[in-house]
Amino acid sequence: MTRHTLSVLVEDVPGVLTRVASLFARRAFNINSLAVGPTEIPGMSRMTVVVEAEGDLLEQVTKQLNKLINVIKIVELTSEQSVQRDHILVKVRADAATRLQVTQAADLFRASVVDVSTDSLIIEATGTPEKLSALLSVLEPFGVREIVQSGTLAISRGAKSMSDRALRSA
Amino acid sequence: MSKGSPISPALMAARPAAPAAPGRDTAHAVQVSAVRGPNNVVPPTEMLGSSAIVRSLEELGVDDIFGLPGGAILPTYDPLMASTKLRHILVRHEQGAGHAAQGYAMVTGRPGVCIATSGPGATNLVTAIADAHMDSVPLVAITGQVASAVIGSDAFQEADIVGITMPITKHSYLVTNANDIPRVLAEAFHIASTGRPGPVLVDIAKDAQQGKMTFSWPPKIDIPGYRTVVRGHSKQVREAARLIAGSTRPVFYVGGGVIKAHAAAELKELAELVGAPVVTTLMARGVFPDSHPQHVGMPGMHGSVSAVTALQQSDLLITLGARFDDRVTGVLSSFAPGAKVIHADIDPAEISKNRTADVPIVGSVKEIIPELISAVREQYDGGAAPDISAWWNTINRLRETYPIGFTQPDDGLSAPQQVIKRIGELTGPEGVYVAGVGQHQMWAAQFIQYERPHAWLNSGGLGTMGYSVPAAMGAKVGNPDRVVWAIDGDGCFQMTNQELATCVINNIPIKVAVINNSSLGMVRQWQTLFYEGRYSNTDLNTGHDTVRVPDFVKLADAYGCAGLRCERDEDIDATIKQALAINDRPVVVDFVVSRDSMVWPMVPAGVSNDLIQIARNMTPVWEQED
Repeated sequence: MTRHTLSVLVEDVPGVLTRVASLFARRAFNINSLAVGPTEIPGMSRMTVVVEAEGDLLEQVTKQLNKLINVIKIVELTSEQSVQRDHILVKVRADAATRLQVTQAADLFRASVVDVSTDSLIIEATGTPEKLSALLSVLEPFGVREIVQSGTLAISRGAKSMSDRALRSA
Repeated sequence: MSKGSPISPALMAARPAAPAAPGRDTAHAVQVSAVRGPNNVVPPTEMLGSSAIVRSLEELGVDDIFGLPGGAILPTYDPLMASTKLRHILVRHEQGAGHAAQGYAMVTGRPGVCIATSGPGATNLVTAIADAHMDSVPLVAITGQVASAVIGSDAFQEADIVGITMPITKHSYLVTNANDIPRVLAEAFHIASTGRPGPVLVDIAKDAQQGKMTFSWPPKIDIPGYRTVVRGHSKQVREAARLIAGSTRPVFYVGGGVIKAHAAAELKELAELVGAPVVTTLMARGVFPDSHPQHVGMPGMHGSVSAVTALQQSDLLITLGARFDDRVTGVLSSFAPGAKVIHADIDPAEISKNRTADVPIVGSVKEIIPELISAVREQYDGGAAPDISAWWNTINRLRETYPIGFTQPDDGLSAPQQVIKRIGELTGPEGVYVAGVGQHQMWAAQFIQYERPHAWLNSGGLGTMGYSVPAAMGAKVGNPDRVVWAIDGDGCFQMTNQELATCVINNIPIKVAVINNSSLGMVRQWQTLFYEGRYSNTDLNTGHDTVRVPDFVKLADAYGCAGLRCERDEDIDATIKQALAINDRPVVVDFVVSRDSMVWPMVPAGVSNDLIQIARNMTPVWEQED
């Protein structure tokens, strides 16, 4: 099974997330990650969906997604031709004795400390899934209390805009 | 995949514009509007949401709707009572409204409309909506919903019908603002009837029905994510023509999409140009005349030997509006192993879903077939017309050796096939035949001659028992001048026969032939063949030598229908003629038949189509070398 990143431009209407997510479920596709948010165009949202699938099945699910009335456009973004990032917030145990070590580790990953208390830190980091998992393995020995992570966000390299082209052909 | 030409609402038969009502402007818009109906222009007018629903349906050109009121849709039933353009037919169960709307759509090509209240009213529509989704029937289902302020609070008669039907609708709407009503209904009709047709649900909160709004017509349709490719890609069409010109064993594999696209005439022209055998699937019966010498039957689990074998031994499937359903292909990996596949369909998701297409053509077959005709002509002008006479020799030998037939049962009762055959022969090809699901459905597909599209209705994809009576009712409303037969089974009939009341009260004189073998016949056949004759829960006690619960003749009488019973071969013709002569009320005929008759040929589930049986444990004798 190979990982594929799909960018799905949708109308921002109630139920659109359910429509997309339940389509994956009913066609027996597993979603690795899903991120949704507004775009530069009012009324349009963009979903980044990471799925594991082989070629034929991916084509089938893409076609089924295209049949959803609220879906405007779908593109697959390869890792070479796009920038892909995950976002993570990690609460790590850190007291006076270990705080410096933890912040140094965070610095190495260009992560930032966004909250401090007497016995913990919250670290915020952005990067590829590989980078974030490396960060986590470095933080692990200090005691990871809590993790929250976004789905992958992806955007194509270069000047072209997905929504521009989608709306022109509409 | 969405770079096609703009959507053409002209896929369905155009409705003639109604004459302008006095005092109302009529726009003769130059450009084709995506809004259906007679194209009236209505200046902004204040009204309630409920009146806007009724008015929108009127402006969309709707004549007949099937429904049943309840609390959450009550506001809409009030202005509905005053409408002179809409005929509302009060059903006895919402499922009946759904199937009736399907039947109406299948014979007219226009979207059928059903209406129900929230909660149980809406959930009773679910089976019909799922059925319409599987068989691509244009259907608009309007449901009342509890007031928007209490949505999500488990209010009385609340059900999340948009959520429930999400997997079985082409699209759905929840309307909570009265001002959205005209646009949403126009979009719903547009989506239901264009592209690959399907059901659209419009769930309207009670406060949206009661709210004040400003009505104007036509509304602006804005569906940026909905585009349908209609014309075929010219390069693909040329490639398809090249394959056709190079094939020595071509077959037209024709599906229900050709009926939906109203492309029977185009199909005939192409088929006669190419000269290849034509098979029509269960959903396509009649789109190519059964009497045509090139028609070799229905393919699939209960298809004819000639049709099944034509597909199996073909070197080229010219697939038009069909979807390689498992009932046609049998075990997919062994289906038509030597064939290249041309697959023309309006739904890109059907292409290469089950069988990989060598030449995919996305578009309407109404457009693609004429394109193919010119492309094939071009090929032939180059002297490329192949000789397919050896192929016809093979097919003709199979057709002559293994015609569809039946044996007389041993128990002295009538053969159900004989009853159905005579109904078809005595009624003729101008009749409409609406089956339930099971043995009688297969026999009706096999033994009635279909000569025109829209004459044969059944629940193909979902296999809904109980489809027949309400769908026949809808078909009769859509085609009031045609004889409409519900060919039903004793099991199916007991699921939806309450609509006989609707038929009697509203003067919808359908004819119901209950093919009464006193059992759930198809299940019983499988028990005979695959479960050593252990008849677990398939005896219905309605037939010969039973307590007859219910007695169908008495039941017909109780509903105010004419009730007839036929128990002997010699009475079959006279009974059918008697039923045909009664046109002032519905007729129910209890045809008491043998329960041992089975549907043949049959490809048992889970095996290759090559193992088709013409009778129990009897396979055709294949020629050594064709």
